[in-house]
Amino acid sequence: MSYQPIKFYQTGTFTVGNRLLAPEERSVQASAKRFNSINSGHRACQGCGEALGARYAIDAAMEATHGQLVCANATGCLEVFSTPYPETSWQVPWIHSLFGNTAAVATGIAAALKVKQKKAPHGQEIRVVAQGGDGGTTDIGFGCLSGMFERNDDVLYICYDNGGYMNTGIQRSSATPPAARTATTPAVGVEPGNVFGQGKFVPAIAMAHEIPYVATATVADLRDLEAKVRRAMEIRGARYLHILVPCPLGWGTASHDTIRMARLAKETGLFPVFSAEHGEQKSALAIRRQLPVEEYLKPQKRYAHLFAPTPRVEVLAQLQALADRNIKRYGLLDGGKQ
Amino acid sequence: MDKPFAITLDPGSSLANRTGSWRTFRPVYLDRLPPCNAACPAGENIQGWLYHAESGNYEQAWRALVDNNPLPAIMGRVCYHPCEGACNRQQVDEAVGINSIERFLGDEAIRRGWQFSKPAAPSGKKVLVVGAGPSGLSAAYHLARLGHAVTIREAGPYAGGMMRFGIPKYRLPREVIEAEVQRIVNLGVTLTLNCKVANIEQAMKEEGFDAAFLAVGAHIGKRAYIPAGTAAKMVDAISVLRSMEGEEKPQLGRRVVVYGGGNTAIDVARTVKRMGAEPVIVYRRTRDKAPAHDFEIEEALQEGVMVKWLSTIKHADAGEIMIEKMALDAQGFPQPTGEFETLAADSVVLALGQDVDLGLLDGVPGLEVKDGVVQVGPNMMTGHPGLFAGGDMVPSERTVTVAVGHGKKAARHIDAWLRGETYAPPPKHELAGFEKLNPWYYSEAPHVVRPMLDILRRQSSFEEVVQGLDESNAQFEARRCLSCGNCFECDNCYGVCPDNAVIKLGPGKRFEFNYDYCKGCGVCAAECPCGAIKMVPEEN
Repeated sequence: MSYQPIKFYQTGTFTVGNRLLAPEERSVQASAKRFNSINSGHRACQGCGEALGARYAIDAAMEATHGQLVCANATGCLEVFSTPYPETSWQVPWIHSLFGNTAAVATGIAAALKVKQKKAPHGQEIRVVAQGGDGGTTDIGFGCLSGMFERNDDVLYICYDNGGYMNTGIQRSSATPPAARTATTPAVGVEPGNVFGQGKFVPAIAMAHEIPYVATATVADLRDLEAKVRRAMEIRGARYLHILVPCPLGWGTASHDTIRMARLAKETGLFPVFSAEHGEQKSALAIRRQLPVEEYLKPQKRYAHLFAPTPRVEVLAQLQALADRNIKRYGLLDGGKQ
Repeated sequence: MDKPFAITLDPGSSLANRTGSWRTFRPVYLDRLPPCNAACPAGENIQGWLYHAESGNYEQAWRALVDNNPLPAIMGRVCYHPCEGACNRQQVDEAVGINSIERFLGDEAIRRGWQFSKPAAPSGKKVLVVGAGPSGLSAAYHLARLGHAVTIREAGPYAGGMMRFGIPKYRLPREVIEAEVQRIVNLGVTLTLNCKVANIEQAMKEEGFDAAFLAVGAHIGKRAYIPAGTAAKMVDAISVLRSMEGEEKPQLGRRVVVYGGGNTAIDVARTVKRMGAEPVIVYRRTRDKAPAHDFEIEEALQEGVMVKWLSTIKHADAGEIMIEKMALDAQGFPQPTGEFETLAADSVVLALGQDVDLGLLDGVPGLEVKDGVVQVGPNMMTGHPGLFAGGDMVPSERTVTVAVGHGKKAARHIDAWLRGETYAPPPKHELAGFEKLNPWYYSEAPHVVRPMLDILRRQSSFEEVVQGLDESNAQFEARRCLSCGNCFECDNCYGVCPDNAVIKLGPGKRFEFNYDYCKGCGVCAAECPCGAIKMVPEEN
């Protein structure tokens, strides 16, 4: 557990705030004076998980750095919906990079700021965040990201994972989960949807780089997400935060189900929520009420072929096995290995 | 044009893009009716007063409570709490202990000497209340707060009615009744004891009362024909309980048979047990069919009260009775089996229900009496204009809380009637059923169990059996409230909106939607823990 849970205050640490809590016990998002780093009027779809996740994460980073923050942003949904020329939703210093080089751009900004800091040592220190979707992170930008990790550049890289290239028409990425239907992995043939045994889980790869901090989070656990951003900003060097952000368009879910889907991904064990330092797992966010994977898969149209016309029980069993492996590997039932 | 090369537009904010135009459904905040409030016979706003208790503001909580019910310390002891039976928290873990918090607030008010807020300006109208039981006291309180001059006439030597003469003090200590009655008197109500109203019409006319509320209760024990020898001692339950209040305690002997299966039968059995006797309850049906509340039967059994289920008394004699075993038929009715048994009994107490003493209504035109009770309209008025009635003397479930509810309802209608108007209750909000909530957000929190007096003292003394909560666990219990259907400012809608389209208005002021940017995704409504947001279709 990466934050101190509030034992009992009607809703404890589950809700965003609560009138009964002291202001310091509430989340950053509960404050009427939060930064709103990404402003209203952006063109994300109704119920966009990424718009929400980005505000959660960047607001928390702004809070941790007292507003002294620069963001580099890869091409992708987040960039497209937030900055159609000449408008911007960003209320932080923000730069748009290519699809694949955000980690490198952020590294350059960090290096430049380091030099400036040396020249004017009494000025306020400015920190750097790089952010992108799963396409820009796990596929196209992966080389730059790995380089940033191995050089241990002082950047927090945030990946908003919605499991595909959603804004170009829902194509598969290496973060698309198995069996999911996308435009490039249609639900046809003997193995419909995305194939098993391919793709990659970048948090595990980041851990293999033994960088100071790696964590995963979802938009359903705000307190955990904010605590992880706060912890990441306490640390110097390369840090990686991977946030699951449901996509109503790409997943085929109702716009009001965004947070529920993220919650179900975590509660079924399909998406492990944990943190690691220097390659060692430090904590896991325990499953509160464990559920079978069907509960998560059924509301999503990208998995509809698993339930109709005939239920694909063998595929469901394979997905359940993935969840069970996560639960075992990350200790999701007892809150981590520590 | 002094813009840099290739730049033709000023940098702008996305606030120029009013995404609210995408919306097909709009979220709206609303208050739904919590199931506890819907179930309360006294019409309390339970969620409303718990809200203040949650923040530790007990005086405000108490004031919100007494807006509807002036007797919280009594309620917290004797109410059968239908609210808890309706509580949505049952489906999360266990119901909120509303009754125990109500008692805590009531006791706190007595301890700290809180008084009711001042009544409205005098209306110049005089109202007579007959009977100082729960319904009469409740009506007097509400009428006094509305500015009317109220006089209560009570035939008995003490105020409280059935709360005093029907409920034993191990359940309701007398100091509690005194304190809550005194507070109503302090409001300016005139209370006259030992004053029986013999003729209501005459009393009203002679003293110039503009309206009257009758709440004389049902005090006459019902009799059943039981063949009995001349030496057999038979008394009714209500007179036994009533004589407990006087100097001369009832003489019932050692072996006391109580005939009946209602709460009064249980009360009598537990009372005589405390006086050192050995009570046996004889009831013709089974435990699950008995009208008494199961927890009271359980407490009686714990204290050593014996029960003969499926039995009727065939004959009573000096020192013994004959009972016949019964069996339930296919419809669940008890039928005689022809199997007999004798039981030692120094006396038989009949607890078969009560009738109303309707003497004071003789000759009043327009009144309708059916099945031994006075008929009233939906506004609690009898067939005689200006004469209202409530409590056990009208058709109803006979509980203290129902009686208090009658008093409030009658007071509102009397007030309107005195002004020549009709009272129309405000429309009820839609019910906040469990399916309207998002229970994920509520923390696990087990119910606080009220301590009980130890069993030895329960068998031998009239000390109060069920103990109260202290401040810390009363507040814990209050915070178990889910606040069904009513915003409790958890900031969830404000936090989860992907479009920052929820405006936080500050403590106590809740939230507002910014429809310029709200896209109508519905995440706020789905993630509202208490069901205080509804999605409604846009007009066009």
